[in-house]
Amino acid sequence: MSWIENRFEEGVIVTSLDWAINWGRSNSLWPVTFGLACCAIEMMALGASRFDLDRFGAGAFRPTPRQADLMIVAGTVTYKMASRVRRLFNQMGEPKFVIAMGACTVGGGPYFKHGYHVVKGVDLVVPVDVYVPGCPPRPEALLEGIMRLQDRIRHTSRARDPRAAAARAAQLA
Amino acid sequence: MTFEQIASLLRERFAGAVEEVVPQATRPYVTVAAERWPEVARFLRDEPRLKLNFLRCVSSLDLLAEDSLAAVYDLATVPDAEAEEVLSCPHTFAVRVVTDRAAAHIPSVAGVWPAADWHEREAFDLMGIVFDGHPDLRRILCPEDWVGHPLRKDYEFPVEYHGIPGTTEHELNSPRH
Amino acid sequence: MTEISLQSQPDLLVDYDRGEQGDVDTEELLINMGPQHPSTHGVLRIVLRCDGEMVLEAVPHIGYLHRCAEKIGESLQPFQFIPYTDRMDYVAGMNQNQGFALAVEKLAGIAVPPRAQYLRVIFGELNRIASHLVSFGTYGLDMGAFTPFLYAFREREMVLDLFEAACGARLTYSYLTVGGTTHDLPEGWVDRCLEFCDYFEPKIDEYNDLLSFNHIFVKRTAGVGVVSAGDAVRWGLSGPCLRGSGVRWDLRKALPYDGYERFDFDIPIGRPGGSDRTVPHGVVVGDSWCRYFVRMEEMKQSLRIVRQALRDLPGGDHIVPKFKKNKTVKLPDDEVYLEVDNPRGQVGFYVRGDGSAIPARVKARGGSFCNLSITSHVVRGCLIADVPAIIGSIDVVMGEVDR
Repeated sequence: MSWIENRFEEGVIVTSLDWAINWGRSNSLWPVTFGLACCAIEMMALGASRFDLDRFGAGAFRPTPRQADLMIVAGTVTYKMASRVRRLFNQMGEPKFVIAMGACTVGGGPYFKHGYHVVKGVDLVVPVDVYVPGCPPRPEALLEGIMRLQDRIRHTSRARDPRAAAARAAQLA
Repeated sequence: MTFEQIASLLRERFAGAVEEVVPQATRPYVTVAAERWPEVARFLRDEPRLKLNFLRCVSSLDLLAEDSLAAVYDLATVPDAEAEEVLSCPHTFAVRVVTDRAAAHIPSVAGVWPAADWHEREAFDLMGIVFDGHPDLRRILCPEDWVGHPLRKDYEFPVEYHGIPGTTEHELNSPRH
Repeated sequence: MTEISLQSQPDLLVDYDRGEQGDVDTEELLINMGPQHPSTHGVLRIVLRCDGEMVLEAVPHIGYLHRCAEKIGESLQPFQFIPYTDRMDYVAGMNQNQGFALAVEKLAGIAVPPRAQYLRVIFGELNRIASHLVSFGTYGLDMGAFTPFLYAFREREMVLDLFEAACGARLTYSYLTVGGTTHDLPEGWVDRCLEFCDYFEPKIDEYNDLLSFNHIFVKRTAGVGVVSAGDAVRWGLSGPCLRGSGVRWDLRKALPYDGYERFDFDIPIGRPGGSDRTVPHGVVVGDSWCRYFVRMEEMKQSLRIVRQALRDLPGGDHIVPKFKKNKTVKLPDDEVYLEVDNPRGQVGFYVRGDGSAIPARVKARGGSFCNLSITSHVVRGCLIADVPAIIGSIDVVMGEVDR
């Protein structure tokens, strides 16, 4: 899609195309299985029968980041794991989104004060789109986070996409 | 056998190896000299009256006041064949081995209880006790290039690690409030 | 063929000299499993050195979830540390809380009221059921069966509803604290729990029909990753891993805590294939199937204990009365080591006090930490596809391994 980003001015064709592309993207967010710690269990509960993430189109958890467009960082990120988180994020294809699930990924969580080995928030490692607080957040809370992300995707426009512009600038630099 | 009986048995067999007997602790323990520890360990495991074949835990301890480090070994007897009655009131025993802070060396007992392998690696990683004779002594929990031994009382928290900012603790000398 | 030890240079992909075996050139492969991997039950990394499909050497690397729990234990009071124990073995939070609380109580000489003991047993056993359901569901998932996962989580949600009614949390409870439990049971909870027990009992047989005796599952797990009883004891295995090797050892019977001696229950152990109708042919004592099936049987025993405890639940305080206002405890200059039998193995807490309210040292011995150490010993000589079968049967939770 990068050929189309920021190329055209806003108009009826681009907005209809926008609507269609955003509808497709938001309703088929495929997460990569990235459960690190306790939040992973609540993420699994979200994928299970009572809370059922599949009805939002996001239930197809992919084992490899190359087939996924959403990374739900569920659990504490440690210094040892941080380089792997970044590597997996890099391996995902554009457009990609990150949800920071749980207090540990938001800002270090309960390990903020005395955790010498804990990264104080995953946004020090990857860019985050949605933060879901909680320790662990209830499956409904994570679902709210995913729905907020869906809203965000629905409001992106090919004509004014700052992320694509930044990515292109980085490529050319 | 009770703790006192085991302690006096050790005192008889290994004169000079048993440095201290602490029966009044909530979980009683004996202190054994570091250089005699492997032979005492082998005796504890093989002696028919004891058969302490299960290494439950190796805890490292920072005795800053005495300028030493210690490793505490908790042992138990587990029947290793199916027995109709579970051995009730089995033997449990605890041994503390003390070493200098500056040159912390304790002989490894990974040859006596293979379970000690990972426990000793953890004690090395977090407390800095070097276990002589360990088959593969390297860090197990912290990354290979981590600096310092975190569980020591005088540990300084890292300011940053490979570009990722560290904790706020670097402003304090010691993290305990 | 140059032999390079994986343990000294784990990150290198090295070109080995090509050796000839017959007229086929073979080359060894270094395969990296994890730390992000669907079947490693968390952030576990295993580097496999393989000859084709056969694994010659497997070196596990852990520490990707090392969350400095022991350093935190030296900086907080025991009742403040209880939430961190939850997060170690996060699937069995109640049991973890119970272990630490018991250790601190033994050190400080606190006697817990009988109602609190019964409540601890009830919640501990319900959490054992919930934990074994997760283990059963994810093991099915590892083996390629998706349905058991959904069934397991459906029943687990009911247990979590009970927990939520009692303490407000679904996963990290911090409910069993030093001195007893933080809250008493709400009205009608006992009846709801008995209803759940009646509902759940036939489900275990349903799970056995679904997964345990499924031909493909048996083929993938029977005879795989056999651990002898002697090896299991030498390597410090505990819990279902030890009992699956035929060792009838359970701390709830051998060194009872919280009044477990009052209850009547059995200890299931691994039995060889064909010994009776319930064990499929091909099963060897100490293999992955035995370890898995011990968990299914333990769920039935947990229901027995829960029913007995609910029937005999006494009235009275749910916590030592003075702790209702102030939970600060002065720890003597003394040490204690206490183990409890958790769903994943024996979890031990070594607590050293120094006269103040904050411990001088807290060491947590995780069941999964010791159980995982046998991986490199057991995986040698099996196929790559057997590695998830073995890891799944050991049932690791990395929070407990790395703490």
